[in-house]
Amino acid sequence: MSNLSDLTISQAKELLLNRSISSVELTKFFFDKISNFKNLNCFITETFDQALKMSKISDEKYKLKKDIGLMEGIPIGMKDLFCTNQIKTTAGSKILKNFIPFYESTVSKNLWEEGAVLLGKTNLDEFAMGSANTTSFFGNVVNPWKSKNDIDKKLVPGGSSGGSASAVAADLCLAATGSDTGGSIRQPASFCGLVGMKPTYGRCSRFGMIAFASSLDQAGPITKDVLDSSIMLKSMCSYDKKDSTSSKMEIPDFPKIVKLGVKGIRVGIPDEYIVDGLNSNVNDNWQKGIEWLKSEGAEIIEINLPHTQSALPTYYILAPAEASANLARYDGIRFGLREIGKDLDEVYKNTRASGFGNEVKRRIMIGTYVLSAGYYDAYYLKALKVRKLISDDFSKAFEKCDCILTPTTPGVAFGIGEKQDDPLEMYLNDVLTVPASLAGLPAISVPSGLNDEGLPIGLQIVARPFDEETCFKAAFVIEQLSNFNKLKN
Amino acid sequence: MSYFIRGHESKWEVVLGLEVHAQINSLSKLFSPSSTGYGAEPNSQVNLIDAGMPGALPVINQECVKQAVITGLGLNAKINLKSIFDRKNYFYPDLPQGYQISQFENPIVGSGHLIIEAEEGTKKIGITRLHLEQDAGKSIHDQDFENSFIDLNRSGCALMEIVSEPDLRSPSEVSLYIKKLRSILRYLGSCDGNMEKGNLRVDVNVSVRRFDAELGTRCEIKNINSIKFIQQAIEYEARRQVKLIESGKIVEQQTRLFDSQKGETRAMRSKEESHDYRYFPDPDLPPLILEKKMIEDLKLQLPELPDKKKIRFIETYGIKKYDAEILVSEKEVAEYFEKLVSDRDPKMVVTWLTGELFSYLNKKNLDNPQSAISVEKFGELLDLINDGTLSNRLAKELFVEFIESNMSASELVKKKGMVQISDENEIINMIETVLDQNQKMLEEYRSGKEKLFGFFVGQIMKISNGKANPQMVNTLLTKRLKK
Repeated sequence: MSNLSDLTISQAKELLLNRSISSVELTKFFFDKISNFKNLNCFITETFDQALKMSKISDEKYKLKKDIGLMEGIPIGMKDLFCTNQIKTTAGSKILKNFIPFYESTVSKNLWEEGAVLLGKTNLDEFAMGSANTTSFFGNVVNPWKSKNDIDKKLVPGGSSGGSASAVAADLCLAATGSDTGGSIRQPASFCGLVGMKPTYGRCSRFGMIAFASSLDQAGPITKDVLDSSIMLKSMCSYDKKDSTSSKMEIPDFPKIVKLGVKGIRVGIPDEYIVDGLNSNVNDNWQKGIEWLKSEGAEIIEINLPHTQSALPTYYILAPAEASANLARYDGIRFGLREIGKDLDEVYKNTRASGFGNEVKRRIMIGTYVLSAGYYDAYYLKALKVRKLISDDFSKAFEKCDCILTPTTPGVAFGIGEKQDDPLEMYLNDVLTVPASLAGLPAISVPSGLNDEGLPIGLQIVARPFDEETCFKAAFVIEQLSNFNKLKN
Repeated sequence: MSYFIRGHESKWEVVLGLEVHAQINSLSKLFSPSSTGYGAEPNSQVNLIDAGMPGALPVINQECVKQAVITGLGLNAKINLKSIFDRKNYFYPDLPQGYQISQFENPIVGSGHLIIEAEEGTKKIGITRLHLEQDAGKSIHDQDFENSFIDLNRSGCALMEIVSEPDLRSPSEVSLYIKKLRSILRYLGSCDGNMEKGNLRVDVNVSVRRFDAELGTRCEIKNINSIKFIQQAIEYEARRQVKLIESGKIVEQQTRLFDSQKGETRAMRSKEESHDYRYFPDPDLPPLILEKKMIEDLKLQLPELPDKKKIRFIETYGIKKYDAEILVSEKEVAEYFEKLVSDRDPKMVVTWLTGELFSYLNKKNLDNPQSAISVEKFGELLDLINDGTLSNRLAKELFVEFIESNMSASELVKKKGMVQISDENEIINMIETVLDQNQKMLEEYRSGKEKLFGFFVGQIMKISNGKANPQMVNTLLTKRLKK
């Protein structure tokens, strides 16, 4: 095995199946990689002992050729937002820095049942609030990609699933889980040259995934290619009676349909996504994407999503509103950090002042404000109405087309420390990903080229509810025709 | 206007509305599978959801939904096919999530009513709404000098908040309302109505006004745990408000607490200090959608409720309205009565049930007659009285001993030698003996002092040790004296 680094899940599985390599060997290989790339700060907690145990069990299954799961023996990273039984789970926050759950999230449980091996818990923006992975209590994550023009400049991996994206991009694991509230899977995948899939709201159970904004949060995979994405998504999702918003829709055999092509598929191109600040390299790449799909027999259709420009403000009312309630449980009473105080109010104030970082506090304050008496109608209620309009935009568009192709982000990975002073500029990172989140639609980001500096660009494909299959098919075509794997090297 | 507060200047009407929190009788909590059993070790009935752990999600307990619908139907209320759970946000140590899941704008049950028998007659009290919500845990402050403790066993238990219209006008009406509501809940089985255990908790909104004037500013008195205290609290609070207004001050909208030791209410927080609960729809829970069919099915399964039962009792058994009202107020009593009365004289059954048995139950602090004496055992006693084997008086004397013994009525009568003497010759012998021994009295009787009849009866009963059949003594003595 000359270069295990380049392996994808599907390739690794082949090697494991024909027993050219053992899961233990593969797992140990990643131990070394993780130890050598600590400077990227991808992992909050390494779980090497656990990984060895799990990989041994997988090897046993390969040996017996029995009960081999979809992810059998595949070492992965788990975003530290998913509760893992007896393994520290922090959500990137000081307030949970020593929190050890006694229960397992459904998504991680599903992955373990399919044989995945846990290398560690990956870094993230605190409570998944951020677009650059700079808000983590455990420090920022560094993107392994470098600009040709400035080799020394450290770039952000995007966020909030920055640790997961950076770890996969740096080959510290074969794949990793992410969670996406307004773009937290797709944007870092795009910044790190990876495939990031946010499935339809309800596909993956939210049980045991620490909540940011419950009506938007959705788990999904961050992988090196589209086929891996389909394999991992299939492993992650399930109907779960422990999550009342989880869907009972049948789960298709995603890996089977990935390569079926886009012939006859109608691809919508929304005018409104040509936003201010859309980088010209990105725009050019988008045009290429249109041509690639067309060349494979897709029909290109101009569509309108007239409320697109309202999506970001809507999102930044609804998500903080939900977060302000979701984060009320971190009060220092039952678990997590507790700072002392002379009375109850002081315990609350001191604990939360010390336990939460600035971005989290900002969003709790915004959320509390928009729900307050006298402001509720003007902000929260109005935002709910606009959300409906945005959803309706998509429904109408999908009368004419089967999927929508857009860039994932207006720009590419930027330097650590940039855009830190102006939260609004930071929020603009999500302007193209947020609409699909508000509408609960499946959306995938697939790497589609490099910009002038040699940094990855991603294209986003949005489809109808529960039609992840079309996302995968179109993404696979773009992956092939963009020849991204060659560009990368 | 039977009830009023007399001020210096005028009479004041008291306007009262109630918010009743009734814990639903279900094995598990509203959104979690934890047990709801009472009296368990602290924090032994708590799961992730009840403790507000990260990543925990609520899942509605359909049994609780069913109970709320049944209760709504029992209160003649509109059942809403779509209702929404909201988060009510506030910080408190016994509120683990930092919010209570409740229903705000779209409750599961809309307007309805119940009937009370007030002094002035039958009165219809409006129910504004009934909604489902989570209970909080319990803070315990008396275990340690420096620390408070939290017991989350109650956290997440299902409550129905039942809100009345401000239709009540006196403490006694409030008492009747609570008793009626509790009775309906028990009939339906949706809540055991136990106030001591906190399974039924009452907040009262009190305001006063001059008769026919606009509604006054109300104060809410929270969490009073007995009907007696509720009545005291209302009295006190209404007088306080009248005093304030008559001395030129205004009543501030407040939440107040009742101090049962001092018998007074005191301010807990003013309207300005009241929380902004920031209600918003809980994104973890889709709207609660009910099937029409389910509601129709539940309607068919609804038990006969006290109002209907009362009418049937009056019609079927020819008993008085007052007695019927007493008999139907507790489901167990009504059932007991019906079993007992089956082939017996209703009047006699009512007298014995509401008289002797009730006074025994009261003494022993029991609710359910069945727990004191079985229908069969009680019935046999009544039958022995009825056929003349046992006198009413003797039966009453022996009643407590009888209930508490393991003997049947006939066994007891035998053992005590209590069988009534109904043998004509034996009684005639007794009469002769008494008349012999009281010649002087007999002469007086014959000379016109007929009142002495009672004296002779008493003497006969005495020598019979109370066992002579009184009716036969009467008849035979009359016959003998006429000679």
